[in-house]
Amino acid sequence: MTADKARIARQFIETIPHSKALGMEITALGDGMAEITMPYDERFIGDPKSGVIHGGAVSALMDTCGGAAVMSHPDAPAGTATIDLRIDYMRAATPGQSITARAEVYHITRSVAFVRATACDDDTDRPVATATGAFTVEGR
Amino acid sequence: MARKAPEPVQVVKQRRDAALNALVGGVPYINFMGISFDRRGDELTGVLSFDEKLIGNPILPAIHGGVTAAFLEVTAVISLSWAYIWEDFESGALDVEALAAGNLPRLPKTIDFTVDYLRSGLPRDAYARATITRAGRRYASVQATAWQDNKDRPFAQATAHFLMPRPDLSND
Repeated sequence: MTADKARIARQFIETIPHSKALGMEITALGDGMAEITMPYDERFIGDPKSGVIHGGAVSALMDTCGGAAVMSHPDAPAGTATIDLRIDYMRAATPGQSITARAEVYHITRSVAFVRATACDDDTDRPVATATGAFTVEGR
Repeated sequence: MARKAPEPVQVVKQRRDAALNALVGGVPYINFMGISFDRRGDELTGVLSFDEKLIGNPILPAIHGGVTAAFLEVTAVISLSWAYIWEDFESGALDVEALAAGNLPRLPKTIDFTVDYLRSGLPRDAYARATITRAGRRYASVQATAWQDNKDRPFAQATAHFLMPRPDLSND
């Protein structure tokens, strides 16, 4: 992917209001791969007894990361929208730790991008969640 | 054989509303997202109040897909928990005042969650309802649908599986 396309994709993702509200930061982006991290925040707690982050915030991270991976793909000229997304929750994320999602486009056609993603906290050997999704390929 | 007099309406309403408030109000993320619940008898409708921070595509503009997923997941898990505790707080086995004081039952854990995006979420309020298709002792299957202007034209739907809390571990 050209440096210019990377810059445009990064700029677009960084202006998404909901991603900003969740404190997401792009840590890697390019050629159909994206890595985005979301800090621990008490406002995102889903289980007040344990302090574990709500699954919904993890879904938002997975969706953003999947979309970013599609937008960074050399064969995807413009925007994208999620067609479907399935998330498997393997374990509760450890309270106090940030969550990092890594998504890759493993196949792309003229209209559809197929994406896989994994989310981890500090213990990178045991994923918190994995996701698979289909995204639209727009603008061609 | 005198029949037992029905409870006064305000007693019934107060108990149910208190139980719902305890269930929903204790979760910071639900509050952060601006989600509330409308109750008619035991039927719940999730309400997502629109806010700029829910936008995912500022050009269209459209609600973030992650917001839609989260809204459906919150509606599914609250509806499931609500159905799970309904009998107990109605019978008095579960004390509503203890619930309100934060002594909540453990929530079901999401095993997996699949969301279909049917059309883009417009920058306005959204509503969702969940149906429990199977409520077992250990596992439950739930479907949820979200709409905006027209209930017959949903903008997203979801299927989810949950691991139910073990009753014997409810106070750990």
